[in-house]
Amino acid sequence: MIVSRRWLEALLNRPLDARDAAERLTLHVAAVDAVIPLHQELGDVRIARVLEVKKHPDADRLSLCLVDAGGANGPVEVVCGAPNVQAGKTYPYAPVGAVLPGGLKLERKKIRGVESNGMLCSAKELGLGADQSGILELDTAAPPGTRFVDAVGLADHQIVIDVAANRPDLLCHKGVARELGASLGAPVKLPVIPGAKALTDRPSVRQSDRGVVDGVEVRLEDPEGAPRYMIAVIRGVRVGSSPAWLAERLTAVGQRPINNVVDATNYILFELNQPLHAFDLAKLRGPAVVVRRARPGEKIVTLDGATRTLTTEMTAICDAERPTIVAGVMGSAESEVSSDTTDLVLECAYFQPTRIRRTRRALGLSSESSYRFERGIDMLGMPDALRRAVELIAAVAGGEIRAPALDLWPEPQQERTIFLRPDRVDTLLGVSIERSEVERLLTSVGFFVAPKDARLAVQVPGWRPDVTREVDLIEEVARLKGYDAFPDELRAYRPGTVPDAPEERARARVRDALASAGLLEARTLPIGSADGPDAVAILNPMSVEEAHLRRRLIPGLIGRVEHNWANRNRDVRLFEVGTVFRRRASAIDEWTSVAGVLTGARRPPHWSDGAKVPDMDIWDLKYHFELAVAAAAPSCDLQPLAGGAVGWEAVERGNGAVLGWAGPLEADAPVWAAPLFGFEVRLTLAERGIITYRPLPPQPPVERDLALLLPPGVSAAQVSDVLRRAAGSLLERLEVFDEYRGSGIPEGYRSVAWHCTFRDPARTLREREVDTVLEQGLKALEGELGVRRRES
Amino acid sequence: MRDLLAALGELRERLKEIPQADERRLQDLKTEILGRKAGTLTQILGALPRLDPASKKEVGASANALKREFETAFAARERALKHAAGVVTGLDLTMPGRAAWRAGLHLVTQVVDEICDIFRELGFTRAVGPEVENERYNFFALNFPRDHPALDAQDSFYVGPDLLLRTHTSPVQIRTLERYPPPIRVVIPGQVYRRDPFDASHSPVFQQIEGLAVDEGITFVDFKATLATFARRFFTADTRVRFRPSFFPFTEPSAEMDVQCQICGGVGCPTCKQTGWMEILGSGMVHPAVLDNCGVDSERFTGFAWGMGPERIAMSRHGIPDIRLLFENDVRFLSQFAGGAR
Repeated sequence: MIVSRRWLEALLNRPLDARDAAERLTLHVAAVDAVIPLHQELGDVRIARVLEVKKHPDADRLSLCLVDAGGANGPVEVVCGAPNVQAGKTYPYAPVGAVLPGGLKLERKKIRGVESNGMLCSAKELGLGADQSGILELDTAAPPGTRFVDAVGLADHQIVIDVAANRPDLLCHKGVARELGASLGAPVKLPVIPGAKALTDRPSVRQSDRGVVDGVEVRLEDPEGAPRYMIAVIRGVRVGSSPAWLAERLTAVGQRPINNVVDATNYILFELNQPLHAFDLAKLRGPAVVVRRARPGEKIVTLDGATRTLTTEMTAICDAERPTIVAGVMGSAESEVSSDTTDLVLECAYFQPTRIRRTRRALGLSSESSYRFERGIDMLGMPDALRRAVELIAAVAGGEIRAPALDLWPEPQQERTIFLRPDRVDTLLGVSIERSEVERLLTSVGFFVAPKDARLAVQVPGWRPDVTREVDLIEEVARLKGYDAFPDELRAYRPGTVPDAPEERARARVRDALASAGLLEARTLPIGSADGPDAVAILNPMSVEEAHLRRRLIPGLIGRVEHNWANRNRDVRLFEVGTVFRRRASAIDEWTSVAGVLTGARRPPHWSDGAKVPDMDIWDLKYHFELAVAAAAPSCDLQPLAGGAVGWEAVERGNGAVLGWAGPLEADAPVWAAPLFGFEVRLTLAERGIITYRPLPPQPPVERDLALLLPPGVSAAQVSDVLRRAAGSLLERLEVFDEYRGSGIPEGYRSVAWHCTFRDPARTLREREVDTVLEQGLKALEGELGVRRRES
Repeated sequence: MRDLLAALGELRERLKEIPQADERRLQDLKTEILGRKAGTLTQILGALPRLDPASKKEVGASANALKREFETAFAARERALKHAAGVVTGLDLTMPGRAAWRAGLHLVTQVVDEICDIFRELGFTRAVGPEVENERYNFFALNFPRDHPALDAQDSFYVGPDLLLRTHTSPVQIRTLERYPPPIRVVIPGQVYRRDPFDASHSPVFQQIEGLAVDEGITFVDFKATLATFARRFFTADTRVRFRPSFFPFTEPSAEMDVQCQICGGVGCPTCKQTGWMEILGSGMVHPAVLDNCGVDSERFTGFAWGMGPERIAMSRHGIPDIRLLFENDVRFLSQFAGGAR
């Protein structure tokens, strides 16, 4: 909502500082997004008095003027082409160097041989209207040299207010002025309309759905869509351009003046938040105004020239035959007020907000009116708004009203009354506020307060549809007092009953494990293209590429690796902990997944390395996968993929469920890229359990290296298992330290070397005992797996 | 015996020469004093068996103690000489050290953790909820009217007739109130979705941190105090904070909290649109309708709630101009914050 500082000043009858007003509004009412000074582009233009006018020696139509522009070097000579220039009068003057609206920069130049020092300006040249018949004659006492915008009072500010959906009262100047007035202690009074005569007849409410006003029949057939509906008929208007003051008001809030009638209705809209619609009586068949639900398929050509098809969900304002207005949204091109219009039908209505919202949405058409009806206007303020509108139209376009306006209101309403307990104010706000203070604050913005038992009976004005219960009044008290007026010291509190979420603890544990293993955490968007038949589709996606939820993290991470490759980052190690989604029958499953991708050098190169640092391979992958599984799914074991594929699965002990996968990845890689590997595992809430201390035995270990010949098909894991079983508890550690194939080793066989550590925690082991244990192990290996010691 | 003790005394004086000795002198001293045959001290020790038992004990103790002192002093000097030799033999200590890859958490994770940690200090535990929600949890239980503009399909992603991707973390307020009795003090970190095109300042998916406190006797003062304390701990102890009116269906009174602009310090700059303030969070006292919707007696219990965007906070605190940088995952970007965001 844009309000004009000067317009507010007229309502409050006092000057305002735009910044100060913005600050007050922000702290007590609604945030101000911007304060925009108007006519900054006229800052170079000065007031100048023409001292003398002579004929231009070389051109009949030009004059040579001696101009006092307040300059220290005395009057200057200016060539002027306007017929209305006169000595002794005052005009806007643009000196050499000034920049005018539209970007024209004035230079000193010769016109027909005579040098001109700047220019006397027309309204059009200043961007203040279409008049270019002559220069703009000013009626000002300001001395020459004064800034033009200051001298003529054009200097205004737009205050841009971010009005929340619940405060329709702030969508007009009167509403904003009311709030500012409460803050400043200044009352709001509607400014006198120049040339207006006060109407004496007050329309009376008719609890009826029909009536006639000045020969026009009005039928309210849809009181649900239009609970209150008023019509006035004004005859004998002369449609033309608006007076300057009216045009300026509208221009200041960014509206383009159209004609005096339309401008008058717009003025009332921006002053009182009452949308009005004026239409041409001559174009009204009947003449009748019928408010009804539209018929299916009924068509109307709206003001913007588009043909709209209506539905029964919409209210239409019709004449005896067809719709002339989409109620509350936009009128028809046909019934629009034109320069030929002499008799007006003026509509002042309350339309049901939900109905207007649906209509606006269905037609994809919104207007200043629909915006206000949607939020709820002041149903009780309609007669005052209509009366002021009629007075204004009569003042600016002539015409008269021959019969009081018709006011159809089948079910009249009154102000809502809410009871407020003063002690509840204190309970909720945490400080004690005097009852008289509560009354004063509420009264300052138009609530009517009366004591009722220990409570206050508060009457809510019609412009505040948002205030429906006690707590709404408490908010009024708090904001009017000012949130900053409340203390902010911490007080004692009771701890809560909610345990810290185990999901968050698990996610943090995994993140820490992977980050300390050298990976960088990534965050990718969970929306993309489908990557499986059970991907969850978004019913209203923004684009076809972003129409599904991710069902795993790996594709997104591969995309991020490719992005890094595109930026010449060769070494990329990323992980992500994020939500994934899958459709299962009619339900949607979501869970947290953990994934990582690895490519490039195993560690940063160091000058002492000489040779290049090796790239990461599947063994780096296996290590990181083990870490991830241990942190994310501690109930799982790693198993090599079946069928000879390179990679592993994380398989849950007991039920065999596969919760994770690791292996090499395909990607769109540049030639210089290293191989890419990745893993993904489902985060479970399984706890790893408490880790119990194992004693640190002081007895010395006995160490043995063991090179074994493994026949084809025998795995290291099998060998380890057999050795451990055969050697028993004395075998403390078993580590592979070498693998060898080639000369000296039978075809298909391989030599794998283990480093074995033996220890008895209770006593010192003898070499002989170790030999015996080792013999047992070798025997078992040969018997069960055909594995023998490699002869060297 | 007196002679021997005197000799030991003289010998002890020689200890002082060791720290100044160069390598060659050190070898000479060692030979002279501890030499296997002719070392001065060796000879004294060799003479011990010839002494009477009382003298033997006295001289022996002194001689052995002195021998240990010499050994320690020689070893220390040898180490020092060796270390010095390393430098003079041409080690350039300005050469880079051997590094490991930079690794760490995403900036947004760090900010979320930092925020949750501060609230943990103020007694708030973490609560979470699903990202696919129904309209009751996302809107209606939160006191959104049935025809509220926020329910426009154009603002939310729908995945089923009554299923949408939550547009805020507020549904977890409802889930928590339904599941646990007051007193409740939770922070709710989580991912939320809005149907906004991906541009410099909008992402269709972003993080939010919600908070909720409900108990008997919680007031507007507690609300202000808690959030102002958070702001002062998260930014700086002297950061100025202000609260101003706002509107949310699920809070009443509603407020927005601003902190003094962290870029310009409050004097006005393009980042804060010359206001000197940065909008940090939306908040307010829990609307009694929300409590009633969850079966909590709104006459007896009151509370406050808030919601904030860690991405925006991270961007303003760390000077990140485009939200998309947070999702590109360029390792150069991630590495900048990997060692900690502050």
